[in-house]
Amino acid sequence: MSMVVNSTINGDPIEFSCEPDETLMDALRNRVGLKGVKEGCGTGDCGACSIRLDGALVCSCLVLGAEAEGRKVDTVEGMSDGAQLHVLQTKFLEHAALQCGVCTPGFLIAAQALLEKNPTPSEEEIRYGLAGNLCRCTGYDKIVRAVQDAAKTMNKRSKSKKTTGRKK
Amino acid sequence: MLYESPQTTTEAVTLLAKAKGKVHVLAGGSDLLVRMKGGYIEPDVIVDIKRIKSMNAVKKTADGYLIGAAVSCAQLGDNAALVKAWPGVVEAANLIGSDQIQGRCTIVGNLCNASPAADSVPAMIAAGATAIVQGPRGERQVAVEKIAKSPGVTSLKKGEVVEAIQLPPKQKKSGDAYLRFTPRTEMDIAVVSAAVNLTLGPKGVITDARVALGAVAPKALLVKPAAKAIIGSTLDDDALDKLAAACAAACDPIDDKRGTVHFRTKVAQVLAKRAAKIAYQRAGGK
Repeated sequence: MSMVVNSTINGDPIEFSCEPDETLMDALRNRVGLKGVKEGCGTGDCGACSIRLDGALVCSCLVLGAEAEGRKVDTVEGMSDGAQLHVLQTKFLEHAALQCGVCTPGFLIAAQALLEKNPTPSEEEIRYGLAGNLCRCTGYDKIVRAVQDAAKTMNKRSKSKKTTGRKK
Repeated sequence: MLYESPQTTTEAVTLLAKAKGKVHVLAGGSDLLVRMKGGYIEPDVIVDIKRIKSMNAVKKTADGYLIGAAVSCAQLGDNAALVKAWPGVVEAANLIGSDQIQGRCTIVGNLCNASPAADSVPAMIAAGATAIVQGPRGERQVAVEKIAKSPGVTSLKKGEVVEAIQLPPKQKKSGDAYLRFTPRTEMDIAVVSAAVNLTLGPKGVITDARVALGAVAPKALLVKPAAKAIIGSTLDDDALDKLAAACAAACDPIDDKRGTVHFRTKVAQVLAKRAAKIAYQRAGGK
């Protein structure tokens, strides 16, 4: 028996239907059309299906679609501000931190969650923070460097915002 | 399959008791959904407990800390007061999986999944935690070490659900610690683990202790002789050796490619000693 689920996906109220045993990953991909949510392992090991559920970083393959009822879901599709890419997305491009790209949406979502919690992570903290995301082609160095660079840029921006704020 | 999301514990208990066929409780889903995906289980009913308000909270009470069954391990790590009171328990909970898994997994799920290698379980046993179990016959309180019976099997009866974990109040001059051995630093399952919780009296003498081991038997063990070995001591080398010997005697591990019986037994001793030293320091001992 299909279920009707109402949630807020990337800021928009969305209604979708799904089977009771269908994962949120499958529902987002096949019912809502958000193909940025990737399936790698389907068992919570690779992080390619990473999303935010009410702000918490989770693997959408380990969430049932029905659980999203009334909750906030954020995917990579909601990261950019229109045509303006998120700093992390820009830095991943600049540093060529991707090759086939399947792991990239998950890395971006996980990196965003990491930087919100810790805006100035060390290399080690980035590596631990992104341990739930697997990349099988680029390797991790470029990804770590892209996140470090993004953190730097984001901190500069928030600092200059604060300074202008004080002047006013 | 039916998906149910009750709003109260009473509703959940009724659903669990009356469900026809195979019924499973869904907390974080990091074990349940994997087992469904792998075809190991085919539930007829899933009861999602995350809509139950009381199960979503960490409460500080006169009896210590009450951790709701739906509270994620990430939330435990974010609770500064809890981290300060029970650092070993939180450390263990925060070793499970990745940040993504942390966002979902719960210590009650870890307990009820009944894996002998569950990270949070030895830490909870050492802490003297109690599971608050609700069922058709009302509430009962069960020592955490009595929940798992063997791999994947718990002592919970039909209709019962663990509503929360009760951690005792933090004693003055006490400390706890949890350590595990894994081949990788992240995203791995304990080959051996050890947890120690102890309290100091005057002159740094241990007055009370609890020692638990994980992944060295069909379930996580409370090792009373190991605690006895260090009570009355200042954790000198002699006491540590006795602690290690008691731990070795309690080990009855499997022998597989991740660790032989000899290796697991040896590492259990090393980890118990190191965890005891950390707990001793945290308790203010030198």
